[in-house]
Amino acid sequence: MTRKYTRDHEWIRTDGVRATVGITDFAQHALGDIVFVELPEIGRKLEKGKEAAVVESVKAASDVFAPVSGEVVDVNAALKDDPARVNSSPEDEGWFFKLKISDASELDGLMDAEAYKQHTGD
Amino acid sequence: MSGMIQEEPLIFERSADGRSGVDLPAPPPHAPRLGQLKPRADIGLPNLSEPEMVRHYTRLSRQNFGIDSVFYPLGSCTMKHNPRLNEKTARLPGFADIHPLQPVSTVQGALEAMEQLSGWLLTLTGMAAVTLTPAAGAHGEFCGMSAIKAALTARGEARGKVLVPESAHGTNPATAAALGFEVVAIPARADGRVDASDVAQRLDENTAAIMLTNPNTCGLFEGDTCAIAAAVHEAGAYFYGDGANYNALVGRVRPADLGMDVMHINLHKTFSTPHGGGGPGSGPVVFSERLAAFVPVPYVTRAGERLALVEDDDAARKDGVTSLGRLRAFHGQMGMFVRALTYMLSHGGDGLYQVSGDAVLNANYILARLKDVMSAPYPGPCMHEALFDDTFLKDTGVTTLDIAKALLDAGFHPMTMYFPLVAPGAFLIEPTETESRETLDEFIEALRDLAAKARAGEKDWFAGAPYSTPRRRLDEVRAARNPVLRWKKGA
Repeated sequence: MTRKYTRDHEWIRTDGVRATVGITDFAQHALGDIVFVELPEIGRKLEKGKEAAVVESVKAASDVFAPVSGEVVDVNAALKDDPARVNSSPEDEGWFFKLKISDASELDGLMDAEAYKQHTGD
Repeated sequence: MSGMIQEEPLIFERSADGRSGVDLPAPPPHAPRLGQLKPRADIGLPNLSEPEMVRHYTRLSRQNFGIDSVFYPLGSCTMKHNPRLNEKTARLPGFADIHPLQPVSTVQGALEAMEQLSGWLLTLTGMAAVTLTPAAGAHGEFCGMSAIKAALTARGEARGKVLVPESAHGTNPATAAALGFEVVAIPARADGRVDASDVAQRLDENTAAIMLTNPNTCGLFEGDTCAIAAAVHEAGAYFYGDGANYNALVGRVRPADLGMDVMHINLHKTFSTPHGGGGPGSGPVVFSERLAAFVPVPYVTRAGERLALVEDDDAARKDGVTSLGRLRAFHGQMGMFVRALTYMLSHGGDGLYQVSGDAVLNANYILARLKDVMSAPYPGPCMHEALFDDTFLKDTGVTTLDIAKALLDAGFHPMTMYFPLVAPGAFLIEPTETESRETLDEFIEALRDLAAKARAGEKDWFAGAPYSTPRRRLDEVRAARNPVLRWKKGA
């Protein structure tokens, strides 16, 4: 399993053609307390870089973009009642949705952990 | 309950069965007029005597932090003073006591006020047509973008894309999306402005329009506007100008000369009508020659001495107008038209010229006097509002929200915070032209003091603010996660 990052602060963890997507610790920290998460419908076809979900904090509402193209096969329904999981465990229990990746080569353009760390100025 | 600030329960909690402010006779027996519909239960209106009710609302009004009691520099909102002269004219019976279904022969004065207001808006903006009907800014956006869509349809084109800068008000992408357009975000240059060559690269035969606010939401003048307009027009697209920040330009720059095709104007910002709970918004829209034929109904026309209203699409067609149709019932916010016209007439053209000059001067004064202790992402000069980010709070444990809460204790309404998103932890301060040098100095000293406190490590003190308000720090997270939107008896 490998984890990669986008410039818009999503992470994607892949296991073959299956992938899990969420927002990074940096993103949850910048947003502040998350109060609402809107998840895509299962079966929806997502296009790389296009809007996939919405995350709302007390400060702002933001789009979450699909890191790669693919079909939504599962969503983290627990976020509906407990959006705070995105704050407490952004890169594990606070995952957003799972994808069946349609083109694995799209992963090549994403950042690894080291590059993302530099991107966020650490 | 103590002293001048009293704890005030909800009006329902003050209710006592059988109490009433008026003594009405019991209704005579009557047949229900609702057919099969029957009330399920008593509707539960509160029962109070008249003095109880008067005191309830008077007490609540004293807890209000409003434009008439404090400096209110809410960025992007233009919370200028609402002149009392406006209130006097809006209450004249010929404006206040008329009905929209009255024969037009009996409301010629009101129509003349609408015609004069239209004339002022056209002169100030250099545009060709105007509608007064939209109910507020976002409704004006919807009107303007609908005109663009109608113009494209009339050309037989179905362009699907609208360009919107990243710093735009959220209503811009929302309006475009509501009309079925795909929104393409344009990033800003390092200096916070949109680059004309960047826009040119994104334009294609599928681009319907660009939506641009000038000055932008960072309070910066978009210097490439004319070049952007030229590129947009060359691509066969339209230029939507968002007039939210028009107070920075009024009387000095005509949006038509910037190449804009359509712009909404917030009467409740630039033209001093009440705002933010004080009154309805009003968002007239002006159109260039390219879009003038799509103006919505109703609008005022003149035949010699006599004014009339063009009320429907068929009548409009006789004027060569392929109207969008009607955007709302009736004619718009008449009371706001009178207030805005009063503001224009009492200021005159030279006064409006001074309005924008003083608005920009006041914002630059704040920027200049705070940028040594706060952090300005763009060095300035700015237009009508000053933007800071939270870099100066780094490692203090104090947040923009903490400073906003502490400002309440200092007797000021906070600035807009965390917007625009392009500036992390943003403070957006719009003083408007109606504030005195002394008020600005007091506000500046309060912020300088708070910045010093933050650097001095007083984060625990900040966490407790505000200390002097009827309610202390609200739990915004809980309110958003578990909103209680309705009072219930015994809950």
